[in-house]
Amino acid sequence: MVEALQIQVNGLPRDCQSGSTIGDLLRELEIKTERVAVELNLEILDRKDFDVRSLKAGDRVEILSFIGGGGLAFGERLERGRTDV
Amino acid sequence: MYDDRLVIAGREFKSRLWVGTGKYKDFAETRKAIEVSGADVVTVAVRRVNITDRSKENLLDYIDPKKYTILPNTAGCYTVEDAVRYARLARAAGISDLVKLEVLGDEKTLFPDTTGLIEAARILIKEGFIVLPYTNDDPIVAKKLADIGCPAVMPLAAPIGSGLGIRNPYNLKIIMETVKVPIIVDAGVGTASDAALAMEYGADAVLMNTAIAGAKDPIAMAEAMKYAVHAGRLAYKAGRIPRKLYATASSPIEGML
Repeated sequence: MVEALQIQVNGLPRDCQSGSTIGDLLRELEIKTERVAVELNLEILDRKDFDVRSLKAGDRVEILSFIGGGGLAFGERLERGRTDV
Repeated sequence: MYDDRLVIAGREFKSRLWVGTGKYKDFAETRKAIEVSGADVVTVAVRRVNITDRSKENLLDYIDPKKYTILPNTAGCYTVEDAVRYARLARAAGISDLVKLEVLGDEKTLFPDTTGLIEAARILIKEGFIVLPYTNDDPIVAKKLADIGCPAVMPLAAPIGSGLGIRNPYNLKIIMETVKVPIIVDAGVGTASDAALAMEYGADAVLMNTAIAGAKDPIAMAEAMKYAVHAGRLAYKAGRIPRKLYATASSPIEGML
């Protein structure tokens, strides 16, 4: 029997199998490893270590990638054609 | 058109208009606007991947990193630690060592925290990053950033997304005169004439997002900005005539009846 353990991925609780790696997690989530950055308990991982680093209970994983952005603080919304000043 | 390339940290850029990729209706519009703008540098932000909805498309499926220089930013970071963390994450995500460094000081103005900016820039430069800092229109801070090793400095025209245009032309001119690295006017541009003015003052490039993405017709504005930046650059190189209080006739008096 493979044991399940709970970790946190991008702030959300998630179960994974004991002994599984970051690489396994990314495959399970269908996330292509190119152009993502992974932080494990605040440590930024080298891409080549994805299949080496295994997960343990309580691990906090952050998976990040690039989104559209200019100089605007994230979350701010814009109304088109607004004239305020 | 003569060859007039912008060189930063050994990299050559064709376009002097750099654009952000935020706030468009969808990725198709983002791509179209960038294409029309002629920009070859585009900024992106680093954020959590949506793990609950994997159907969402990725920006970089639309913006080909082979065709464009992708410039990750640290937008939304208010501390040195956060900005450094996001810069490291951007590099780990595998694009390059380039980072548009932002350390913001205040949510309402989004003005840079310039002491934090210098501190974060020092750390990242030591780690081998090519740091392009978003800074205030302060000539002393701009010079310090260049002195510690930033290969270009990006002073604001006005607050991010404000569209107010160049609020402090004299400071920007002083920066362009005294700072010996390329100056990219970043943020605050509202319309084409603002961009042209920045270039006429001697900016090496202009970076904008909201002015294009927020226009009623972003694609048309992208085109307007392309011509504005180009016209401004040409006018700067050509050298404008001095301002004079009184008229000087253009037609000769000689030969008049």
